[in-house]
Amino acid sequence: MPDQHPAASANSRFEPRIIAFFCNWCTYLAADLAGTSRMKYAPNTRVIRVMCSGRIDPQFVLDAFAHGADGVLIGGCHPGDCHYQEGNYKTLRRVHLLKRLLQDMGIEEERFRLEWISAAEGDRVRAVIDDMVEKVRALGPLNLNIAALEMSAEEVTV
Amino acid sequence: MSDKPKVAFYWCASCGGCEETVVDLAEAILDVVAAVDIVFWPVALDFKRRDVEVMPDGSIFATFLNGAIRSTEQEEMAHLLRSKSKRLIAFGSCSHMGGIPGLANQFAARTILEAAYCDPTSTVNPEGVLPSTICKDDGHSLDLPGFSESVRTLDQVVDVDYYVPGCPPTPKVLAAALQVLLSGTLPPKGSVLAPDRALCDECPRKDSKPEQLSLAAFKRPQDVLIDEQTCLLAQGLLCLGPATRSGCEALCISGNMACTGCFGPTSRVRDQGAKALSALASLVESKEDAGIERALAAIPDPVGTFYRYSLPASLLRRKRLDERAEHAVPVSK
Repeated sequence: MPDQHPAASANSRFEPRIIAFFCNWCTYLAADLAGTSRMKYAPNTRVIRVMCSGRIDPQFVLDAFAHGADGVLIGGCHPGDCHYQEGNYKTLRRVHLLKRLLQDMGIEEERFRLEWISAAEGDRVRAVIDDMVEKVRALGPLNLNIAALEMSAEEVTV
Repeated sequence: MSDKPKVAFYWCASCGGCEETVVDLAEAILDVVAAVDIVFWPVALDFKRRDVEVMPDGSIFATFLNGAIRSTEQEEMAHLLRSKSKRLIAFGSCSHMGGIPGLANQFAARTILEAAYCDPTSTVNPEGVLPSTICKDDGHSLDLPGFSESVRTLDQVVDVDYYVPGCPPTPKVLAAALQVLLSGTLPPKGSVLAPDRALCDECPRKDSKPEQLSLAAFKRPQDVLIDEQTCLLAQGLLCLGPATRSGCEALCISGNMACTGCFGPTSRVRDQGAKALSALASLVESKEDAGIERALAAIPDPVGTFYRYSLPASLLRRKRLDERAEHAVPVSK
C-alpha cells in the first residue's frame, strides 16, 4: 500500500481510504463471495478479518482514524446469527456510544458505519462499500494530522 | 550543601491539587526532607528560574512536574527541568494524561480566549482585545507566554521517566514513589508507579458486583438514592473502575461516588476513554437500537465522561478543527 495519501496526487479526485473490519463467519465470507462472483466495487477499502465483530475494540477504530483512515466500516453477522451468540450485540451497543463520541470529536457520522452482512450477501458488500466510498469522498479527507502534534511545538495562537 | 539527592517540584497547567499532596504528606514530609534536599519548589519556597538555570545538567536527582503543557513558558520550563534532572516524573493526571485542563482540546484556542476575554457578561471589551505575546505601552515592552492551540501531556513535550497517577495522587502514592526512586532498584523506564490492576480489584464493594452485569439503563447520580454498600455499576451508575488503574484505595467509592478514571488506564490499554466506553456500553441489556439509545441516554457527554482526565493522551488527541487554518493567528515574535 502506498504511504502517500490517495488525495496527494493533485489532479485526480480524492480517493478515501477506508478500513473495513469484517467478521470471519459472515461479512468476510460475503466479501469472498463478492470476489469469486467477480463483482466490481470501489477499491478504497482495506479489509481486516476478525473472528467476530465483538472483537473490535473501540481503540481499533480510533487508531485507524488516527493513522489516516478517512472512514471505518464494521461488518458483522445479522442479529441472532452471531457465531458466538452475543458478540454482535456487544458491537451494536458500543457502536451507538462510539458514534456519539466520534461526532463530539468532530468526525462526521458517515465516516463510521456498522452493517450486518451475511455470508450469502456478496452484493450487499458491494453496495455498502460503494455507497460509503461515495459519502466519504463527498466529505473529503479527514486530515487529523496527529503526527504534526507529536513531540514538537505546534503553532502558537497568541 | 549536603550530598543528599536533590529533588524539585514544579507545576504547569494544573489547579495546585498535586502540590497539596506534597503538603498532605504531613509529618512524613520530615522524612522526605531528611532523605532529600528540595532545590526548587516555587509554590512553597522562594526559588527562581535562574536558580535552576545555573545548576549543572543532570544534577537534580528527580523532578516531580505536575500540570499539562499549554503555554510556551510551561514548555520552556519542561525542557529546562528535563535537562537538569536525572529523572523526570510526570506527577498527577494533568502531566500524565492532560487531566481536566486537557478537556480544553474540545475547543479551538481562539474560542477559549474569546470565551474568557470577550464573552463574559461582566467583561467590557468592545474592541475584542485578546492577550498577545508582546505588549507595548508608553515606550515599555512586556512579553507574555504564548498560548498554544492544544493542551499536551508532559511526555508529548519532553522525555519522561516515570508517571505518578491521580487527580491528585494520594500522599501514599507519592510516598511510595519516592521510596521506589530512592531505593535504587528502579522499575523499567516509562512505568506508572502504581499497581497495574483495575480499580475493581481493590474496591471494598467488589463482592457485590454480579458475575454477569446487565443494565436496563444507566442512571445519573442526581436521579437515584445511592446505596452505600452495593457495587455502583450494579446500581446503574457510570463507574469507570473496571477501566481505571488502582492505587487510590477506592477513595471516591468510599465517599459513595463513582470512579471517574483519574489514575488512567492499566499498562495493557492505550486509550482509556475508548476502553472505558467499550466496557460500559457492553453492559447494556437491550439488543435493539431504540432500547440501547434509551439505556445510554444518561451519558450526554461521552468525551467529558470517558476522557475526563485523558483527552490529550488519547489516540485522537483533540477535537478535529476544520476551521483551524482560518483561526490561526501568526506568531508574534
